[in-house]
Amino acid sequence: MSKQNQREEYGKALVALGKENPDIVVLEADLGNSTRSILFQNAFPDRFFEMGIAEQNMTSFAGGLALAGKIPFTNTFAVFAAGRPYDQIRQSIATAKLNVKIVGSSAGFSDFGDGATHQAIDDMAIMSAIPNMTVLAPCDGREAVLAVREAVSIDGPVYIRLCRNDLEDIFPQDIPYRADMPVVLREGTDLAVFTTGIMAHKALEAARILEQENISVQVIHLPGIKPVNEEAILALAKGKRGVLTCEEHSIRGGLSMLITYLLRNEDIPVECAAVMDVFGQSGSSQEELLAFYGLDAKALCVRARGLMNR
Amino acid sequence: MTEEKTRSYLEDKARQLRQNVVEMIGVGKAGHLGGSCSMADVVAALYFHVMHHDPRQPKMPDRDRFLLSKGHAALIQYAALAECGYFDREWFGTLKKLGSRLQGHPDMRKTPGIEANTGSLGQGVSLAAGLAAGLRLDHKKARVYVIVGDGELAEGQIWEAFMAAVNYGLDNLCIIIDKNGLQATGRTADRFCTEPLKEKLMAFGLEQIEIDGHDMAQILEAFEIAEKTKGRPTVILANTVKGKGVSFAENVTGFHNGTMTKEQYDCAMAELEKAGGMA
Repeated sequence: MSKQNQREEYGKALVALGKENPDIVVLEADLGNSTRSILFQNAFPDRFFEMGIAEQNMTSFAGGLALAGKIPFTNTFAVFAAGRPYDQIRQSIATAKLNVKIVGSSAGFSDFGDGATHQAIDDMAIMSAIPNMTVLAPCDGREAVLAVREAVSIDGPVYIRLCRNDLEDIFPQDIPYRADMPVVLREGTDLAVFTTGIMAHKALEAARILEQENISVQVIHLPGIKPVNEEAILALAKGKRGVLTCEEHSIRGGLSMLITYLLRNEDIPVECAAVMDVFGQSGSSQEELLAFYGLDAKALCVRARGLMNR
Repeated sequence: MTEEKTRSYLEDKARQLRQNVVEMIGVGKAGHLGGSCSMADVVAALYFHVMHHDPRQPKMPDRDRFLLSKGHAALIQYAALAECGYFDREWFGTLKKLGSRLQGHPDMRKTPGIEANTGSLGQGVSLAAGLAAGLRLDHKKARVYVIVGDGELAEGQIWEAFMAAVNYGLDNLCIIIDKNGLQATGRTADRFCTEPLKEKLMAFGLEQIEIDGHDMAQILEAFEIAEKTKGRPTVILANTVKGKGVSFAENVTGFHNGTMTKEQYDCAMAELEKAGGMA
């Protein structure tokens, strides 16, 4: 399988969409090399706004551009995209349903070296708590492109969470992308594993290991956590011996609580693999941190076996 | 109209706007009387003389835009919008009631003529700057006006927005500072001093004009200078009196968001009638 960098694919998608739609404008807070908004800057310098290291002003300024009929994309690390301008997003963008796209780059543990202050493990909770907001977390470069395209077609605020590192192509090419529709990445009958963002990769790896143990695992990726098609999720969970949720995000307010809530009236055991209400820390790789916080394939297998033994 | 007649016409409009504000607040209900009345003259000048807009086409692409960063003064904007005919003054009675189209703070999705959702202080200049940049991208001649409070200047984002507006040379942006000297809990000078303002604004690179915010001739001249200024945004430092035009509320902190008795309400209405008669 080929690997692509989600940030790079995102940057290229912005340029492609910029060619199609003259209303797309891009804002950056001095991380353009990293977020890859620099690709848009090079292609469309007049529609690119370097806002300096001032995320709050960047976010409201984007709101103003939306008031003028533009489709602005703001860029910075996820931890600064969702946290620092929370009030700006909530008050002047979301209450008015302004057409601003907020892209959180280097999310989760993907900025492994920089430690707790740079590792967004609460961004999806913060963003999904805001009415009118759509929250997307693509699993690979290919899906990142689809998510950006979807964001443009949505008339309202969208948050997109992106990973810093290279990811194998796993998102199926033969299905239409729908923000709210769960995608079955692998069929299985014993357990349903729900993932979002990069965790699909870990779940697929775990499913291959578990197959050797005659445990059949269905891997289901959610393109985002808001909105979600509740009926589709319920239908996939029903009849399984257990459900496992996997997210590179806090247990609080993300995928785990969402799925647990949706299954509240079902008699299906649920386990959650998530960051258990702690901050991250520096590590030598994203893989190392995922293992430390119980989010690698090995840890997912332990959870899955536990569900099978219930 | 001669200059004299224009001024007199706008002064009368300002009086009417203040009356509308008093009517909206009514008796026994809290309302932001002080910070609405301090901006009545500037708002009258904008809506009835300076701005290019059409109440019959609230979304006309080339219209000038007015944003109220100090969103708690929504009443003065509602007063002007109704006076222009954006909506019927019958709506005044529904202010802040469940289901009303007149919310406690400006809501562009509920009220015709409102351009942005404001109220969380410090964000309006950034919104206005982004809007000005967007209009410029489309080669529109429209101008953007935004009012901020002097207490609000404690919000750091405003200064980020000033820097951005200067960096991008947004000469279609005009910021008005309502320097009424009072904030919710007391005198701005005592609570959290934002002086020396003039020096700060000049250092940030804005075109800066200081006026008496209740002198219609000075207000109109300032807007003319702002329109002629090229290459940078203009900030008008308007020295005002909080509660201007309502004697018992003038310079009284309590009327930032105060409540009027029946006697006070009648007194305010009578004073504003009288002022009109004198003009």
